Formats: sequence, structure tokens, C-alpha cells
Amino acid sequence: MAEPLIRFEGVHFKYNPGTEREWAALQDISLDIYPGEFVAVLGHNGSGKSTLAKHCNGLLVPSSGRVLVAGLDTKDDAEIWQIRQTVGMVFQNPDNQLVATTVEEDVAFGPENLGIPSKEIQARVDEALRAVGMEAYRLHSPHQLSGGQKQRVAIAGMISMRPRCIVLDEPTAMLDPEGRREVMSTIHRLNKTEKITIVHITHHMDEVINADRVVIMVDGKIALHGTPKEVFSQVDLLRRLHLDVPQVTALSYRLRSRGHGLPEGIITVNEMVNCLCP
Amino acid sequence: MALFKSITIGQYIPGNSTIHRLDPRTKIIGTVLLIVLLFMVDTFWGYALAALAIAAIVHLSEIPPRLVLRGLRPLFVILLLTVSLHLFMTEGDPIFRFWIVEVTWQGLSRGIMMGVRLALLVMGTSLLTLTTSPINLTDGIEGLLKPGKRIGIPAHELAMMMTIALRFIPTLLEEAEKIMKAQMARGADFQGGGLLQRAKSLIPLLVPLFVNAFRRADELAIAMEARGYRGGEGRTKFKELHFGRRDAIALALAFGFVAVVGLLF
Repeated sequence: MAEPLIRFEGVHFKYNPGTEREWAALQDISLDIYPGEFVAVLGHNGSGKSTLAKHCNGLLVPSSGRVLVAGLDTKDDAEIWQIRQTVGMVFQNPDNQLVATTVEEDVAFGPENLGIPSKEIQARVDEALRAVGMEAYRLHSPHQLSGGQKQRVAIAGMISMRPRCIVLDEPTAMLDPEGRREVMSTIHRLNKTEKITIVHITHHMDEVINADRVVIMVDGKIALHGTPKEVFSQVDLLRRLHLDVPQVTALSYRLRSRGHGLPEGIITVNEMVNCLCP
Repeated sequence: MALFKSITIGQYIPGNSTIHRLDPRTKIIGTVLLIVLLFMVDTFWGYALAALAIAAIVHLSEIPPRLVLRGLRPLFVILLLTVSLHLFMTEGDPIFRFWIVEVTWQGLSRGIMMGVRLALLVMGTSLLTLTTSPINLTDGIEGLLKPGKRIGIPAHELAMMMTIALRFIPTLLEEAEKIMKAQMARGADFQGGGLLQRAKSLIPLLVPLFVNAFRRADELAIAMEARGYRGGEGRTKFKELHFGRRDAIALALAFGFVAVVGLLF
């Protein structure tokens, strides 16, 4: 397999170290994320998933252990801008990450910081807005947009920096169902067509079904890790961790415990239909 | 609730006139020149020529004169005060006397001249904001301050602050409205009572607004860092300002006009 794009090696992280409020947010995390993957990280509030996200581009650095991005250590201050260009990040609140007063100026913000000549910025802005389907809104100001649209603009602001990976920290948490659908289909499309590695952090179970891999975080540790099928086969363990499973998975679990011969790891309605009416 | 709907940011009127298309730096310098001119002239003809120049610019900008005149409305009290102070306080040949006040010919002419100067100042400077979008204005200010970087003027930082302020004004207004509604739902009263009572009733609005603003600032700073922001050093601009022939002509005209009128009248 190719060299991992992001590598966590025994990462520990403590907030407020040495004080009364010391809190170990990450404990012994080891995880490899490979180019082109779609990895979903799932967990409750306070499980350390946002802290994990902020380690991917050096916004936070490990208390011990290390994080490598394309072979560069995030603790190395000299490489930090290269790392931030490699791994882009989209945050939860769409309002608090847009800087400029128009959509196109905002998408241009990243390339401006990188010192790209203004002619090329124009091309990158066009390309990025097309990639998220927001080219019709280039002159709108952010407050005229819906939540889902703002989040797509924030994603475009990352794409214009041409990152190899985008980390999304609960990008759908503040959106309505329509906005969630927009954002989810956008990031899946970017993963498929632009081959951008996606790390998607969420607490919505249904948003991880189509991921290549699922990482479940509990109390700062990786509790479960595998393909969605592997992870959701373990209904008992997930229940013990107070995590939901997709509705069809729950249904098939209950049918199975009543003695129906259904296989484990049914996570979509289609699979369920195929199993019930072969 | 219509309370915040009436507030518009700046007073920019979009358009595509000659004045609109000038480089913002040209317009800022032109406005400064106009202010200088209005403090230099001291005769009837000087004011008349300055007024004529402003009228010509209004015409070129295709902005309805009514809008330019409307800018004077908030100034009405100050205008009245200025005129009457000069009218009553200047010594000279009396026109008439009433009790202890004395109105003089000199006072009348000074009062009118001061009033006209103030009115022209306001109309002239409002033309800048009427024809230049806030983004353009920010870029223009940054461009003009850039040479001052060597003596420690933080041009880029000031421009960035203005941009962020402009970006967040609508967001914060929306939030203020939301908080107000939430507090009213719990029985807060923002309308009644005297001045002190009303000021006090704003506390439940301002406290959450400020707390949220700080949280936003924090998150925005992280987001900006994640997007590679590290100050103005090594940064390029998406839309570069373009100082063209039109700007050179406009500036030459402005300088010439101010020199001739300012020195002769």
C-alpha cells in the first residue's frame, strides 16, 4: 500500500497540562490515513474527535507521540505552512470561517496567503467554485447564503489552495437536512472525482455508511476501527458505548435475535431488501 | 422586527459611471483635496466654484442629487447652530438689535459662509462612500497606507480589520435580533421606561452578544490560520488596484482646480 498521507504515531494530547483543569483528550492514538481514502471519525461530544481533527494540520501538536503529514512532522515550525497547504480544514460553524465580504474574495483568501499571482488566483477561484457548484453566487455576500451554501463556500476556500486532503470537523452539525445533503454529496464528489482524501468528523451515524473506513472514538481512544460493515456488525459493543447504529442495522439485529437468518453487517436499505427478498 | 432592517452598511449605490470606475485611491485623494480646498477658500466665488465642481461630480456619478442632499439631514442641528453662532457672536455693523443680541452684516455673511462650507464638506465626502463599495474603499486605504509601512503604519492589518468588521456587521445584527427576540420571549422589555431604564434593559442583549462575538473571533482566528494566514508578508492580492489613464487625468484636474481656486479665491 502507498505511504500514508497522515500518520498518527502513539499520539497523546492534554489540554491545560500541569493545571487542575488538565484533561487528556487523546490517549495513544495510532492511525494511518492513505491518499484517496474517505475516513469517517465518529464519536460523542468530548470523545476527542475534534482534537484529533486539529492534529491533522498542526493547529494542535501532540503532547507526546507524533503526527506526520506527507512525511512532515507537525511539530516542525518550519514545515507548518506546507502542512496546512497539504491538509485543509473545514469547521463546524459556517459563519465563523468566512473572512471576506463576497464569496469570490473569500475563496481567494487562501491562495492570497500562499502568495499566488493574481491571474492564477482567478483561475483557481473559478475552478473551486465550480467544484462545489457555487459559481452562480460569486458576488453574493456570505450573509445572503444558506448554511449549506456557506459550508460549500468554505470547502471551495480549501479547494482553491489545492490540498491533498480536507479534514471536515462536524461540517453538518449546524445545518438543516437540505444543507447536510448538499455538503455530503459535495464531499463525496470531491473524493471520487478530484481524488481528494477526506477525513469527515461527525456524530451522525448515517453520514458514515458510505465511507471507506470508520474510526469510532470513545473517551480519547479509538474504540473501533474498520469498514462500515465491520464496525456496524458489532451492534452489542456499539450499544454498550451508547452509540446508535443505522436503522436498518438495528432492525436486522432485532430480527436476527428473534431467530431470523439474516447476515451481520447490513447497513443500507438496499442490502436489507436483497437479503429479505432474494 | 424592523429595528435592524433600516441599518445599511455604508451608503454605496452600485453603478458603472466614470466616477464609480475610478481607482479608489484616486477618489480618496480627490476627497482629501476637496476638504483642503474648502478650508482654503474664503470668498463667495471660491465657494461657488467649489459647489459647481461638486455638482459636476454628482452629475458624472449619475447619483440622484436628492440622495446627496439627504446626507445633510442628520447635520441639520449642527448646521443651524453654526450659522446662528456666527450670526449672533460676530461684531461689526449692526443690522438690528434685540434685547442683548446684536445681528451684524459681518455675522450674517460669516454665518452663511460657514454653513455652506460645512454643507459642501459633507456632500463632497459622502460622494466618496456613495460611489465606492466598502471592499474597494478598504483596498484603496490599504494601497495608500502601504508606503507608510516603513514608519510603522500597519496598512494590511488595518485593512484586514475593516474587511472583517464589514463581513461580520450583518451577522452580528442578525444575532442581536435573535437574542432580542429570545429575551423578549422571557419577558424582557426593550421599549418602555426612561433613558436610564432603556439603557439598563440593553444589558441582557449586550452580554450574550459580546460573549458570542469573542467566541466567533476565536474560531475565525483558527480558521484563518488553517487557511495559511500569517499577516501581510508575502501575500498577494486577488483583485489588484489599477491606476489607469482616467485616474491620472482625474487627479491632474483635481490638483489643478484646487491650486487655482484655492490660491486665487
